[in-house]
Amino acid sequence: MRKFAFSESGEGFVPPSTADFNLPPVFADNEFTTKPILLVIFSVVLISVFFIIASRKALVVPNKLQFAGESVYAFVRNGIGQEIIGHEFMRFVPFLFTLFTFILTNNVFGIVPLLQFPAMSHVSFPYVLAIFTFIVFHWVGIKKQGLGKYLKGIAFMPGVPKFVYILLTPIEIATFFIVRPLTLSLRLFANMFAGHLLLLVFILGGEHMLQGGIGLKLIAPFAFAFGIGMTFFEFMVQCLQAYIFTLLTALFIAGALADEH
Amino acid sequence: MSFRTSAAETAVNPLIPHTAELIVGTIAFALLFLVLRSKVVPMFEKAFAARTEAIQGGMEKAEKAQHAAEVALEQYTAQLSEARGEAQQIREEARVQGAAIIEDLRSKAQEEAARITTAATASIEAERQQAITSLRNEVGSLATELASKIVGEALDDQVRQSRIVDRFLDDMEKSK
Repeated sequence: MRKFAFSESGEGFVPPSTADFNLPPVFADNEFTTKPILLVIFSVVLISVFFIIASRKALVVPNKLQFAGESVYAFVRNGIGQEIIGHEFMRFVPFLFTLFTFILTNNVFGIVPLLQFPAMSHVSFPYVLAIFTFIVFHWVGIKKQGLGKYLKGIAFMPGVPKFVYILLTPIEIATFFIVRPLTLSLRLFANMFAGHLLLLVFILGGEHMLQGGIGLKLIAPFAFAFGIGMTFFEFMVQCLQAYIFTLLTALFIAGALADEH
Repeated sequence: MSFRTSAAETAVNPLIPHTAELIVGTIAFALLFLVLRSKVVPMFEKAFAARTEAIQGGMEKAEKAQHAAEVALEQYTAQLSEARGEAQQIREEARVQGAAIIEDLRSKAQEEAARITTAATASIEAERQQAITSLRNEVGSLATELASKIVGEALDDQVRQSRIVDRFLDDMEKSK
């Protein structure tokens, strides 16, 4: 397809752009059947089936499958939930576990052959996840401390001289209600977007060079090799971003649970 | 078909969300959350709890077994020392009893010996007396007879006769 793009226009290499992320619907013009949507639905089915089968027997001595599932679960439960939130962590483990597996699976889809598209590079999905986190950590704080006390705690940080509130109050309110959900979603989105774009540049660029003269043809393999190297790098970024999103959510919840900010 | 170029013509801001994706994303995440919360998390927690219990139960069991072994050992030691004490006591008793039996037998034997000695002495004395008596009678009559024959004097009178004999014997005894 790429080939057509430049051969038709005849203007040489057209670098991949944001437009490359807007794939047409698979079935007719039904906008619910675009690639990212189908991938998200597939990921839900995949995660559910895998973990239901892995946890079904609840063996004391786990088999390989249960051990694999348990490792992921224990990583989120103990490494993120217990570590960050403390003694009340168990209530939030299902949410954190869902966040981590959902983001990780959809991110890794970005480098899985044939799928090869990270759904999180469509900003709608990180937005949805950040809104869930936003609702959860504010709801937790309001339920724990009461609406008035919670809002007061955010707007007027205790232990600060009064005149500082002129500066601090707008910053704190912006942090809690705008910056946190926005950075949370944009960090994930931008990483996945940039990563995918980078892979497109190397692989489409390599493909383009193969169409060119003999010199370009000789350089093309290096572009592909670098694309493969970047794929491994992307895998690391994908795991890291899933971890960071979950970790920050846990931190926000822990902050809302604490009486003093 | 070249969707890429056609898409590029309509510049899209990547920060504007798609309605369809928002809807699907929300439903997908909520659905996954419900499935994991109801089916997966409780099972993993169950496995964790069972594992903790198994380890703790095993440790408790081992502790119990060790305790039981210690109690049994104590019991055996106590029984052993008791048996030793009992054996010692029995030996002591036997020694005392043996000594008593020996003492008893010895005194009985001494008694018997004394009795036999006494009886023998008595019988010898009796026989001696008897011998003396009969001898005295016989010797008397013989001597009387002999003397009467010698002195020609009839010593019929019984009283007189015996007085003479006695005197004679007394003289004999004195002369001894």
